Amino acid sequence: MNPRSPHASTAIAAEGLVRVFDGVTAVDHVDLDIARGEIYGFLGPNGAGKSTTVRVLCTLLAPSDGRATVAGFDVGSQPDKVRLHIGVALQEAALDPKQTGIELLRLQGRLYGLSSQEIDGRLDDLGQLIDIGDALGRRIGTYSGGMKRRLDLAAALVHNPEVLFLDEPTTGLDPVSRARMWEEVRRLNRELDMTIFLTTQYLEEADALADRVGIIDGGRLVAEGSPEELKRRVGNDVIVARVDGNTRAAHRALERVAGVHGVEARDDEVVVTTADGAATIGAVAVALSTVATVQHLTLRTPTLDDVFLELTGNQFQRDEVEVA
Amino acid sequence: MTVLDIPLAGGVTRERSVQARPSPFVRDVVSVAGRALRAVPRELESVIPPIFIALFFFVVNIGTLQRLTENHINGFDIKAFMLPTGILIGVTGVSRAGALVLDIQDGYFDRLLLTPVRRLAILIGHMVADVAVAVGLCVPILVLAYALGVRVETGPVGILAFLAVSAIWCLAFAGFGYAIALKTGNPAAVNSSFLLFFPFLFMTSSYVPRAQLDGWLKGIAAWNPVTYVLEGQRSLVTHGWDAAVLGKALLAIGVVGAISMSLCFAALRGRVKRG
Repeated sequence: MNPRSPHASTAIAAEGLVRVFDGVTAVDHVDLDIARGEIYGFLGPNGAGKSTTVRVLCTLLAPSDGRATVAGFDVGSQPDKVRLHIGVALQEAALDPKQTGIELLRLQGRLYGLSSQEIDGRLDDLGQLIDIGDALGRRIGTYSGGMKRRLDLAAALVHNPEVLFLDEPTTGLDPVSRARMWEEVRRLNRELDMTIFLTTQYLEEADALADRVGIIDGGRLVAEGSPEELKRRVGNDVIVARVDGNTRAAHRALERVAGVHGVEARDDEVVVTTADGAATIGAVAVALSTVATVQHLTLRTPTLDDVFLELTGNQFQRDEVEVA
Repeated sequence: MTVLDIPLAGGVTRERSVQARPSPFVRDVVSVAGRALRAVPRELESVIPPIFIALFFFVVNIGTLQRLTENHINGFDIKAFMLPTGILIGVTGVSRAGALVLDIQDGYFDRLLLTPVRRLAILIGHMVADVAVAVGLCVPILVLAYALGVRVETGPVGILAFLAVSAIWCLAFAGFGYAIALKTGNPAAVNSSFLLFFPFLFMTSSYVPRAQLDGWLKGIAAWNPVTYVLEGQRSLVTHGWDAAVLGKALLAIGVVGAISMSLCFAALRGRVKRG
């Protein structure tokens, strides 16, 4: 069998990928087909199986079942070849605090078989990304969180990989650092056509960066598509009402309103999905006023949060980014 | 320079002037060892204690036992006798296993595993650094011994042989530390691995010649590999070249090394196992 993927345009493929830890299924029959040059957002809450999927795809873990190829090579049987074609920035910046930034990058380049001349060239290329000036000669233990993230990303890129895995790259970053990271991800994809597999628990991040989004929950891929496609599944518009009173009664009242596609009640909020928000909002307000006091009524387009709520019945955790 | 065209979706190509490739094993080992050696002067807290302990035991043992031994054993030179003891105590504590545990805890070990580096090269690289540190550690003790009047019977080549025996003993014993580091990922467990050495150190001819031991201690000393390492090193210092004694020393180191490295490589396989 030809070890190369039959689809030359496929960067990452998985069929029935499973990973089990001591009887607990962390990744449950995940299928992926990610094209070269695509930014794929892998979205899910903590513990959904995002990082485990990344660790399987980047060869740190073997699949328990199913198969996956990255850059055309099988992660189970050809891990050495996969490693030559991927760059990985794991969830926690994996750096040695005792080395200087420049030492770490040079060592990284040597381990990827690059010559000193090639490493020098790559350090020049990555200079703008690292952008920490003289600090590159300082020990990494003295770096701020943002500097460590940038250095970690540079270490993942030093060998000019075809596929880049970013596992929650902006978790813990301040808004400015987050915006820079987003811009860098866009630039890598735009200028180098690098395939980027990005896990995130931030809805806005997936929405802003990804060409396509996969939503994982409980180890299963519950939905996949472009952010717009996913949002359209919910409906064209969303009406959010904050009410004082019985949200269960509000739920029942709204189900009878013409044009309402779906109703979800949580805490003091009722979320209504509808095809035409402008035409429906009046009737929604009237229906709500018969059972509760309406504090706020908002009409907006759907977000991935709504998609997640619709698909899993759970609200995405409210730890959202300030949009850059 | 090699330039590759990478096919992209839609038939577009981009140039990749730099591409990763497997590095030769020796280059990997040198790279990892270089990193480990660069860390040594930055972690003096891990180097100074072995030097201090070695010098301490060397000086204190001489002070304590000189009159007793030299008055009772004809032609006995306690300074030459204690030189291998001091050095063995020092080099046995030399190991980058603690640093390896920190790599595991910091996630840097995973970063190494994500590269195409051969897994064995990660371990061997650390061990190469240990050997270099062990040799470096011997130097001040040898200088002190020289200042105290100790002369090595086998000359400069004998000194090199002495250093070599010390270094390979360091390596053989360091295997236990690496095995514990890779198996547990626990710094406290690694630090306690040095305690393994204590029974071997004291139930042997560390303080008096084997001929002066008696009863159960003599029996244990005869089975203790450290006995033969010490006797091999002492032969170089005080007697001259003795192939039989040196051969026993190397055999003893080989046995300890075979056990420690088996444990160590098994632990490495377990640590990098992806299943």
